[in-house]
Amino acid sequence: MQKFKNVFFLLACMLFSVLLLAQNGSGKSAFGNTMRSNGRIYVVVAVMLTILAGLILYMVRLDRKITKLEKEN
Amino acid sequence: MTNEKNYMYKSWWKILSVLLLVYTFTGGLLMKVPELPALDETIRNLYFHVCMWFSMMILFTISVVHAVRYLRTLDPKYDIYSRQFVVVGIVFGILGYATGSIWMSYTWADPNKPEYSFSAIAREPKLIGAAIALLIYFAYLILRDSITDMDKRARISAVYNIFAYAMLFPSIWIVPRLLPSLHPGGEGGNPAMNFKDVAGSMRVVFYPAIIGWTLLGVWIATLKIRLVMIKEKRLMHR
Repeated sequence: MQKFKNVFFLLACMLFSVLLLAQNGSGKSAFGNTMRSNGRIYVVVAVMLTILAGLILYMVRLDRKITKLEKEN
Repeated sequence: MTNEKNYMYKSWWKILSVLLLVYTFTGGLLMKVPELPALDETIRNLYFHVCMWFSMMILFTISVVHAVRYLRTLDPKYDIYSRQFVVVGIVFGILGYATGSIWMSYTWADPNKPEYSFSAIAREPKLIGAAIALLIYFAYLILRDSITDMDKRARISAVYNIFAYAMLFPSIWIVPRLLPSLHPGGEGGNPAMNFKDVAGSMRVVFYPAIIGWTLLGVWIATLKIRLVMIKEKRLMHR
């Protein structure tokens, strides 16, 4: 489990650095431009991914809780 | 209790499920889809609505396999597995119905067009077939949970599960494909899995989406199974 945690942490750090690199010098962030391009479909993607992330986090928490219960028994 | 070899306690397939779903949500919304009459961008629902039905079928298949295993071994563990996979399968089926009713309102059953009357939609063989299949599985839950004797319950519900699964064949795989229908897919073959029906650019997302959604269903089912196992164990120790 600890190994997975480390891998996830590493991946998360890498992802955040991608966001930081996306800032260009023109004053407006490229991230904001992306979100406004293509009929703003990226906003929908972001919303759906947020919901998915919330549901998955809930599943992971349930999984952990049940594992704990199993160990208590 | 914690059997380390059991797939339920492995995390690689749960991570795979999450990754495939993230891919489905991003690729499914952003990647190019063929331009189709009447459907336009709504064809992207293939990655969501159709996947619900595929997951339901796969979960029911897993359930019937466990029912047969129960009848062969009489191990109550398989009875619990079988029941929980049915419940999650039903949830996916209901989601398939709900998403389908939204999708059809804006494509083949547009209520603003007079030719799509309610009676035309109510006579849809695909909708009726799916409703029959789901109702048979509702009856499975009622039958199962109304029997208090544990062995009898397990045996009767396992046998009923096999019958219910057998009814899936005519009600969703055979009859709807023989009758004329407004609902697209399945004319002279298997919808979605047919290489002529689904463009290559969509299959790239569609197949991973099926796997991702199904693994999510299996994940939910295994959580429920583990919870029931804990409960049963507590009852036995009391």
